[in-house]
Amino acid sequence: MNASNTDFVLAVENLTVSFDGFKAVDDLNLYVDEGEIRVIIGPNGAGKTTVLDLICGRTRSTQGSIRFRNRELTKMTESDIVKSGVGRKFQTPSVYTELTVYENLEISYPKGRNVFGSLFFRRDETIVRKCEEVAEMILLKDQLYDSAGLLSHGQKQWLEIGMLLIQDPELLMLDEPVAGMSVTERHETAKLLRRISENRSVIVIEHDMQFVAEIADKVTVLHQGKILTEGPIDTVKNDPKVVEVYLGH
Amino acid sequence: MKSSGFWGSLFSRHDTLSFVVLALILLVVLPLSLDIFRLSLMGKYMTYAFVALGLALCWGYGGVLSLGQGVFFGLGGYMLAMFLKLESSDPESTAIQTTPGIPDFMDWNQITELPWFWEPFYSFPFTLAAVLVVPTAFAYLIGVAMFKRRVSGVYFAIITQAIAAILTILIIGQQGYTGGVNGITDLRTLLGWNIRSDFARYVFYFVCVGLLLLCIVISQFVSRSKLGRILVAMRGAEDRVRFSGYDVANFKTFVFCLGAAFSAIGGAMFTLQVGFMSPSFIGIVPSIEMVIFCAVGGRLSIYGSVYGALLVSWARTAFSESFPELWLFAMGALFIAVVLAFPDGLAGLYNQYGRRHVERQLDKWLLTLKSSTRTASVKGVAHERQ
Amino acid sequence: MFSDYSTSELMSIFAMQGFAGLTLFSVFVLMALGLAIIFGQMGVINMAHGEFMILGAYITYLTSNIFSQWLPGLYGSYFFVAMIFAFIAAGLLGMLVEWLIIRHLYHRPLDTLLATWGVSLILQQTYRSVFGAREVGVSMPDWMMGSYPLTDLVEVPINGIFVMCLAIGTTCVIAALMYRSRWGIQVRAVVQNRTMAGAVGINTQKVDRMTFGLGCGIAGIAGSAFTMIGSIGPTSGQLYIVDTFLVVVFGGAASLLGTVASAFTISQAQSTMEFFLSGSMAKVLTLLFVVGVLMIRPQGLFTLKVRR
Repeated sequence: MNASNTDFVLAVENLTVSFDGFKAVDDLNLYVDEGEIRVIIGPNGAGKTTVLDLICGRTRSTQGSIRFRNRELTKMTESDIVKSGVGRKFQTPSVYTELTVYENLEISYPKGRNVFGSLFFRRDETIVRKCEEVAEMILLKDQLYDSAGLLSHGQKQWLEIGMLLIQDPELLMLDEPVAGMSVTERHETAKLLRRISENRSVIVIEHDMQFVAEIADKVTVLHQGKILTEGPIDTVKNDPKVVEVYLGH
Repeated sequence: MKSSGFWGSLFSRHDTLSFVVLALILLVVLPLSLDIFRLSLMGKYMTYAFVALGLALCWGYGGVLSLGQGVFFGLGGYMLAMFLKLESSDPESTAIQTTPGIPDFMDWNQITELPWFWEPFYSFPFTLAAVLVVPTAFAYLIGVAMFKRRVSGVYFAIITQAIAAILTILIIGQQGYTGGVNGITDLRTLLGWNIRSDFARYVFYFVCVGLLLLCIVISQFVSRSKLGRILVAMRGAEDRVRFSGYDVANFKTFVFCLGAAFSAIGGAMFTLQVGFMSPSFIGIVPSIEMVIFCAVGGRLSIYGSVYGALLVSWARTAFSESFPELWLFAMGALFIAVVLAFPDGLAGLYNQYGRRHVERQLDKWLLTLKSSTRTASVKGVAHERQ
Repeated sequence: MFSDYSTSELMSIFAMQGFAGLTLFSVFVLMALGLAIIFGQMGVINMAHGEFMILGAYITYLTSNIFSQWLPGLYGSYFFVAMIFAFIAAGLLGMLVEWLIIRHLYHRPLDTLLATWGVSLILQQTYRSVFGAREVGVSMPDWMMGSYPLTDLVEVPINGIFVMCLAIGTTCVIAALMYRSRWGIQVRAVVQNRTMAGAVGINTQKVDRMTFGLGCGIAGIAGSAFTMIGSIGPTSGQLYIVDTFLVVVFGGAASLLGTVASAFTISQAQSTMEFFLSGSMAKVLTLLFVVGVLMIRPQGLFTLKVRR
């Protein structure tokens, strides 16, 4: 294992995880640059979501290393990983349906994150303004004081992205952010992602190739827990191996 | 009452109304309408309200169902009972024992020396501290051990139930040290003051109301804080909270400890008002009954859970006085009905049907209040001019 | 504490206590099998499981009374008839409870706990009204009395052996049913993905009802067996419910093998300790041990690591 420092935001090396002998991720190496939008594609069961789970600490690796700005993540708790600057959106939109959009954003604001901090947390001008700002960015300004349970599927996806934005992470990981969205919503989301990635790196899992082409700097194709190929979208799209296992003829 | 400042940050307008109504009922209506026997019975029911209140936070807000709240109720009660027992077991009044100066049940069990863990309970300040600290610390240990290992939901419920079973068996089995199945009985005085007199009963009743209202204020503070919203968020989407940078286990532990502390206060007040404490308030059956108090009142409602505890306990007494064999049927049906038909309990029914009406009435009332003060002040100004 | 006994005495103590443990084990297994199906497979917390067991026990008590009154000649075989009745009665009651209550609560496991607790209270009071508050005992058929001398010091009671055989037999039948029959596949399919199972044409409602009924039916058999080793009262079932849940959880809720193994561990630990300590301390230590293990390994002993 090479533990030397790198310039990459995220350096995943020799990462393996096995579930009772089945290797969902197998000796994976992945490097993500500053300000890059990386899209991971691959057939179902390729291990895409598992890779994100491993990075954010939801699943523990069997071996290998994950370094974020040269800090080893594999031994850290989930909340510490988040605090070090990694944000993650889940595949199915996961928002707090019993709270308002504003409260959803406020909870995600990185202040008062421990028990007593949150008990004596006071709302102030900066937080309110920040929440409004993010709400505007994710097109939910008019719904700010509505219950999040009333939002449409696409709006929930945006809200969850907004909840991550307010944390201002350096690495943002999105699992199928446009699933269940209309064509217009997809375009809006692509624009949003472009804007967000100006000052952070983003990893996206996506199936919609058009959307991938719209946002990706670089595409990684996973197959059976291993990297099949990696590169710009046009190269990847025409790779015969990728066509074989994923895109189809 | 204006909803501003410190009060306004803790109580919404409707919360204020609920609080005032409850306080009026407990402080004025009940003491004026009930004789001391019934009133002190009410005081006893109120001690269950502490547990139900803790469960509303723990289960309703945090989604953590504990079936072992009796453990904390009992521990709180036992801590105080040990102090009171030592006070009634002075060498003079226990002179007929083989070993005078130790509690009677120890003497019956051929124990000749006070066990070491009883010694500190000669001190009243220590006892008061222990009533709160011991159950809370125990809850903290359980909470940390379980929540850090991500034990939750059903598994947490079953394990807390097992802990309740363990403690009961332990207390019953070690009767020389604990008083066994009878518990610690025959408690007479508190700091030389007869706890069985009518006057004492009145005092305890009002102390109990005061403590309950204090616990409600604390609950309001917690539920209206960001922590309260995090608990609600956690109940629905635990992973999202975790990956927003919160250590979920700590929040669950906190609310579990708070519930334990409330229960312990309830337990201690129980010992004072009823005059004994026994394992029958710790085990599986009482613990799960306390959950039904909370469920009947409304698991999401601070005030609902209090009313639930008072009403169900009162119904139990009423039923078992007149139709003892029907009580279990009624109780069983209550469990089923609450779960199937009214999952949000009485508070849910109220919110659905009564609340709108009350809010409207409150609007009207506040409006007239405002306009009448305005006219009054205008009149005042006019008067000055004349 | 061992120093007072000679080695051979110790050996026979362990053997005797081990056998006493095996009887306890048999009851645990029969109780826990039903619960493992209901809780492990369906995710329903049936707090009334003990009362279903006691129903089986009361049915056995009634059958034995009927036989001794009307068919004294056939008294030796009443137990088998009683067992079948117990299975059917508990199973039918289980299906009724599923239809009335449980089916509305499949997505709210904690609420099934409260509702079935209500069911257990109602059943307890029913038993008390019908059979009285006092415990009743069942007289065993002649062939089940007496004991079988293994060595000079060790004797094993025949009713114990019988209950044990019953437990093993039932386990085998259930295992075959769950893992070999078409119905077993359907149950497991419904458990893993209710919507999908419905979509591929499995009648999930029927499967649910049958599964719950089967679990309760086995509890009925457990009750039958229970009469052979102890007397029964309206609240006897409640004494066992926490132990049974711990057995199931300890073994890893969805694993039949785990259930049997954990029933074995817990019953052996308890009965062996019972000889050296007081009964209550043995129980406390056993429960503490189980709770301790569950804190370290919350998923139970026998569970696969699955990909989320």
